[in-house]
Amino acid sequence: MSPTLAGWLQVSVLVGALAACYRPLGDWIAHLFTSPRHLRAERALYRLTGVDGDADQRWPVYLRSVLAFSAVSVVFLYVLQRVQNHLLLSLGFPAVKADMAFNTAVSFVTNTNWQSYSGESTMGHLVQMAGLAVQNFVSAAVGIAVVAALIRGFTRSRTDRVGNFWVDLTRVVLRLLLPLAVVLGLVLVAAGAVQNLHGLTDVHTLVGGSQSITGGPVASQEVIKELGTNGGGFYNANSAHPFENPNGFTNWLEVFLILLIPVALPRTFGRMVGDNRQGYAILSVMAVFWVASVALVTFFEAQHHGAAAQAAGAATEGKEQRFGIAASALFAASTTLTSTGAVNSFHDSYTPFGGGVTIFNMMLGEIAPGGVGSGLYGMLVLAVVAVFVAGLMVGRTPEYLGKKLGAREMKFASLYILTTPAVVLVGTGLAMALPGERADMLNSGPHGFSEVLYAFTSAANNNGSAFAGITVSTPWWNTALGLAMLVGRFLPMVFVLALAGSLARQQPVPATEGTLPTHKPLFVGLLTGVVLIVVGLTYFPALALGPIAEGL
Amino acid sequence: MPSPTPTEAGPAGAATLGPVPQPAGTPGRDSGPHRVSGGLLEPGQLLAALPGALRKLDPRVMVRNPVMFVVEVGSVLTTGSAVADPSVFSWSIAAWLWLTVVFANLAEAVAEGRGKAQADTLRRTRTDTTARRLVDWAPGRTGAAEEEVSATALRLGDTVVVEAGQTIPGDGDVVEGVASVDESAITGESAPVIRESGGDRSAVTGGTKVLSDRIVVRITSEPGKTFIDRMIALVEGAARQKTPNEIALNILLASLTVVFLLAVVTLQPMAAYAGAPQTLVVLTALTVALIPTTIGALLSAIGIAGMDRLVQRNVLAMSGRAVEAAGDVNTLLLDKTGTITLGNRQAAEFLPAAGTATGELADAAQLSSLADETPEGRSVVVLAKEKYGLRARQQGELGHAVWVPFTAQTRMSGVDLDEDGTVRSVRKGAAGAVSAWVSDNGGTVGADVGELVERISASGGTPLVVASREGDAAPRVLGVIHLKDVVKHGIRERFEELRRMGIRTVMITGDNPLTARAIAEEAGVDDFLAEATPEDKMALIKQEQAGGKLVAMTGDGTNDAPALAQADVGVAMNTGTMAAKEAGNMVDLDSNPTKLIEIVEIGKQLLITRGALTTFSIANDVAKYFAIIPAMFAAVYPGLDRLNVMQLHSPQSAITSAIVFNALIIVVLIPLALRGVRYRPSSAASLLRRNLWVYGLGGLVLPFAGIKLIDLVVQFVPGLR
Repeated sequence: MSPTLAGWLQVSVLVGALAACYRPLGDWIAHLFTSPRHLRAERALYRLTGVDGDADQRWPVYLRSVLAFSAVSVVFLYVLQRVQNHLLLSLGFPAVKADMAFNTAVSFVTNTNWQSYSGESTMGHLVQMAGLAVQNFVSAAVGIAVVAALIRGFTRSRTDRVGNFWVDLTRVVLRLLLPLAVVLGLVLVAAGAVQNLHGLTDVHTLVGGSQSITGGPVASQEVIKELGTNGGGFYNANSAHPFENPNGFTNWLEVFLILLIPVALPRTFGRMVGDNRQGYAILSVMAVFWVASVALVTFFEAQHHGAAAQAAGAATEGKEQRFGIAASALFAASTTLTSTGAVNSFHDSYTPFGGGVTIFNMMLGEIAPGGVGSGLYGMLVLAVVAVFVAGLMVGRTPEYLGKKLGAREMKFASLYILTTPAVVLVGTGLAMALPGERADMLNSGPHGFSEVLYAFTSAANNNGSAFAGITVSTPWWNTALGLAMLVGRFLPMVFVLALAGSLARQQPVPATEGTLPTHKPLFVGLLTGVVLIVVGLTYFPALALGPIAEGL
Repeated sequence: MPSPTPTEAGPAGAATLGPVPQPAGTPGRDSGPHRVSGGLLEPGQLLAALPGALRKLDPRVMVRNPVMFVVEVGSVLTTGSAVADPSVFSWSIAAWLWLTVVFANLAEAVAEGRGKAQADTLRRTRTDTTARRLVDWAPGRTGAAEEEVSATALRLGDTVVVEAGQTIPGDGDVVEGVASVDESAITGESAPVIRESGGDRSAVTGGTKVLSDRIVVRITSEPGKTFIDRMIALVEGAARQKTPNEIALNILLASLTVVFLLAVVTLQPMAAYAGAPQTLVVLTALTVALIPTTIGALLSAIGIAGMDRLVQRNVLAMSGRAVEAAGDVNTLLLDKTGTITLGNRQAAEFLPAAGTATGELADAAQLSSLADETPEGRSVVVLAKEKYGLRARQQGELGHAVWVPFTAQTRMSGVDLDEDGTVRSVRKGAAGAVSAWVSDNGGTVGADVGELVERISASGGTPLVVASREGDAAPRVLGVIHLKDVVKHGIRERFEELRRMGIRTVMITGDNPLTARAIAEEAGVDDFLAEATPEDKMALIKQEQAGGKLVAMTGDGTNDAPALAQADVGVAMNTGTMAAKEAGNMVDLDSNPTKLIEIVEIGKQLLITRGALTTFSIANDVAKYFAIIPAMFAAVYPGLDRLNVMQLHSPQSAITSAIVFNALIIVVLIPLALRGVRYRPSSAASLLRRNLWVYGLGGLVLPFAGIKLIDLVVQFVPGLR
C-alpha cells in the first residue's frame, strides 16, 4: 500500500468514526446541560462543597465562578510545584522555580499546556497526577461549561440566568470526561502506552550507551491530554515519544480523541437551539478548514525541496518514521486547529509553508473545530459577526437564531475578536523590539521570526504547541507567555458570557422568509469567508515576514 | 381632485372631499423589479458642500467618527514627516490622506445639503404672522373679544380666529367652523383641503393658509415646537442621532480599526528585525489602507440619505430609529379602504332575472344610473359601456325624461321616459327600496331575484336591484347589479412580494367578517381583522408584539393614536388629527396609506446599503495588502516580490496608488450611498447571494484593477518611479 493511499484511508476512517460519534455524543452533552436531575454522586459533591445544584446564575455570577475556580486552580498548581520536593513521589526532583511554576500553572489551567519545562526531568508523579492531570480534566470542563452558557443565551428568552457553572463543571467531568477517559485510557494501555508509577529506569541502548527513562502514569494522562484538547505531554517529546504514542493505531486514536468532543459540540448546539441544521452548518465550516489544512500540510510536506528532502522523497526531518508524512501532517493540522498542542512531530522542521499553515491554523482562533468548548464559542462569536454584516445585506437589523444583534452584542463580539490578535501582535512585537529577548532566539532570518510568532500565537490562542528554537525558560518568556495565556483564555470568556447574558435577556424574533437563513451552504461559505478575511487581514503582515518570506 | 367650495361641504359631504390618495406610488404600476431611488448627484452639489466639508475637519467633530479620526491623525503625522523630510512621495501621501478625510466629510455634507435646501423652503413659510386671539371664547358663543398678538406669543390652549386669506398662526385643532385650507407649504400639493371642527379632519398646521370661510382654532403647540419647526429640524438633520444599528456597526468598525492599528504598530519591530524598518509615512499609509475607510466615510451619509429618501416621498420620520424599524417590520396592518381597495364600491356585473336578456338589463341599469352622481352610480354607467358597448347617453339627449336622482332617503335613482305617450319608468337602487317600489305598484319580486340578492350579499358584495314599468302595467324586476369593492390593480402582486420578504399583511376593515373574507381572499392578504374597533387594532398589535414581531400601521383618527404609539412603525396621515400625528413616529404628508409598503422598502434599503458597503470596504483590503506588503519588504526578502501580482511599477508608486484608490473610491461611491443600493423585494437568501456577489466579490476584484490603473498613471510622476 502506498503511503498516499494509507494516508487517505486513515483520514477516511477517522472521518467515519467521528461521524458515527457526532449524534450520540452531541446529544449526550446536550442532555447534560438540560437535564434537571442530579446523580447521587453529584448531589453528595454539592452538599460537600455547599453548592446549590438547582440555582441558576446570572452571567456575572457565572463568570465570577469561572474566574474564582480558575484562580484557585492556578494558586494550587503553583504551590504544588513550588513544594514538590517535600511531597510524595517527587522522584527526587527539586521545587520548580517561580517563573516556570507560574507559567506551568497558568498553562494547564488555561487549557493551553504550553510546557517550558521538560516533563520527565522536572515534575514528580504527584504533581503530574494531582496537579496537571486534574487540570487536564477541569480546564477542559470549564471551556465546555462556558459554551453551554452561551448556547443557553440563544435558547432562553427574557431571563438573566445562563445556568449554573458548578453543575455544568461537575457534570462534564463526571458524566463525560471521566467515563470516556477511563475506557479509552484502557484502550491506549492495551495498544501499548505505558501506565505505571516507576521512577527512573536505567536501560542500555542498542549502540551500547545507557539511558535513564522515567516510567509513570502515562496512558491515563495521555488520554485526557487529547480528549480535553490539552496537549501537555508526560514526556518532553510529547506524542512523538513511544511511551505516549507507541504505534500507528495509537496515533490514529489520539487524533480521533483530539477531534472527538470539539466535533460533537456543534450537534449539542443544534440540539439545544432546537434545529440540528444549525449544528451541521457550524460543523461544515469547521470541516472546511480542517480538510483544507490537512490537505495543505500533507501537500507541502510531501514536496521535496532541498537535498535532504529530495533524497528522502519528502520533508521527513523532524517526523517519526513510525508515522510517516501523512499521519504526521494529519496530527499537526488537527492539533493546531484544536488548541491541543500535542505533537507527534517537530513542527519547527516543517517546510516553510507547511509550518505556516500550522501557525495560520492557530491564528484562526482555535475554532475549527477548536478547543473543547472554546472552539465552538469562538466560532459562534465569529458567526455573530458574519450574521451582522450579512444580516444588513438582507435589509434587516441582523439577528442570529432569533436574537437581535444590536450595539451591546456587537460590543462583546468585537472585543472578543480583538483580544487574541492584540495579545499575539503586541507580544510578538515586544519580543522583537527587546534586544535581550531577541538574543534568546536560536535562529535568525524569517524562520527565527516565525518561531517567536508561533510562540505567542500558540500561547494567546491556548494551543500550547511550539516551534521551539527559543530559550523560553527565562523569566521574561515564562512571564510574557504566561500572561498571554491568561489574557487569551479568560478575557474572551468574559465577553462570551456577557454576550450570553445579553442574548438571554432578549425575546426571540420569529423567523420569516425575510430572515437570513443560517443553516444553508451560502451561510457556510459566508462564515468561512469572514473567518478567513478577518484572520488573514489581521495577520498577513506578520505572516509575510515569517513563513511567506521564508517560503517564497 | 375637486375644488370644493366650503359652503357645499357639509359634514356629510366632507367625507368624499378629503385628499384622494395620490396615484403616485400606486402599487403595481411597477410590478417588475423597481428601485427606490433618490435624486442624482450633481457636480454642483459637491462644490456647494465643500465649505461644509472643510469645516468638519475640526478634530472635535471628527472624533465622533473613529475611523476617519484615525485618518485625520494620520494626515497630520504624514504632513509632519513630509515637512521634516520632504520628498515627492511623502508629500503626495500626505496630500491624498487629507483628501481622504475631505472626501468623507464631503459625503456627509452633500447628504446634509439636500436636507438644508428643503429646510430653507419650509422656513420661508414660517414668516411672522399676527394672530387674532379670542379672549374668552367658548363653544357656541359668538362675538368673543379679539386681540392682535404676534404668533410667537401664542401659548398652548389659546384660541384664535382665522379667516379667508389669512395664515394659520400655529398648530391646532379647529373647534368651530369649516374652511378650505391651502397646505401646499408642507405637502407640496396645491389642491386645497377641508378642515372642520370635530371628527378626524380638525387638525391645522401653522404656516398653512385659509382660502375661504372662517374657523376658530385652539392652539396645540408651544411656539418653536410646531410641526413646521420639527420638520425643519428633521430635514436639516439637527435632531439627528445615531441609530441603534449605526452604533452597532460603528463598534465593529472601531474594533477593526484597532486591530489594524495594532497590526501596523507591531509590524515596525518585526520589520526592523527583518532589516527593513519602515518610515512613518509608509506605516501610516498602510494603516489608512487597511482600516475600513470606505464605509467609515459614507456611514453617516447613508443614514442621512435614507431619511432624505423618505422626505422626498413626502414622509417625515421623527427618528432614524423608526426608519430602521421599518426595515425590520414583520406585520403590516393595512386599512382596507384606500390601501387595498379603491375608495368606493363599483359595479362588477349585471345578473339578469329569469326571462330577461342581459342586454336589456344593462340598458335599464345604465338609464336608471344616469341621474346617479354617486361613484357607485357612475360605475354602473362605466360597466355598461365597457362590457356591453352602451354609450353613455347624456341626460339632455333623451327628450321628455323626468330624472329621479339618488338620495339617501329614497335609496333609488331612475328616470321616467315619455315614449310616445307611454311612460316607461326605470328604477335602480337598494334591494329593499326597489322591492318596495315594485310591490307598491302591484308587481312581485321573483324568488330567483331574491336568491341573487342573497348570493351577492353572502359574497361580500352589495346588490342593486333594477326594475322597470311600462305605462300602468305591473313593474318587472329585470335583474341585479353586483357592486363590489374593487381591489387595487397590482396589489395582489405587491402582497406576494411582501410575503417573499417575510412580511405578513393584515387587512383592517369595519366590514362584517363575510365581506372582509371575500376581499381578503381577492387581495391576497394573509389575514384580516373585520368589524375592527380601535381597541381590536390595539389588541392585535400587542398580540403580534408579544410574539416578538414588529408591527407597522397607518392611522389618522384620534382613536388611532394609542395604536399608532404602540406600533413599532406608526405612520400618521397628514389629514389626521394632531393627536394621531403626535402618536406616530412618521407622518405621511400625502396621506396615502399604501406608502407604508414603500417605507418598509426604504428601511430595508438603508440597512442593505450599510451592509453592502461594509462588505465592500473590508474586501478591498486584500488587494491593498498585495500592493503594499511587497512594496515594503521585497527589498529585504526578494521572494515577496512574487506577491506583487499587479506588477506595480515601484514601491513608492504602489503605496501611492493604493492610497489614491482608497480616497477616490469614496467619491465614486457617494452617489451609491445617497441613492442606496438596488433593492428588489425577494427572500433573504436571494438578496444575500446577490449582494455578496456584487459587493463581496466586487470588493475583492475591483481594487486590483483600480490600483493597477492608477499605478499606470502614477508611475510617470517624477519622484514616484
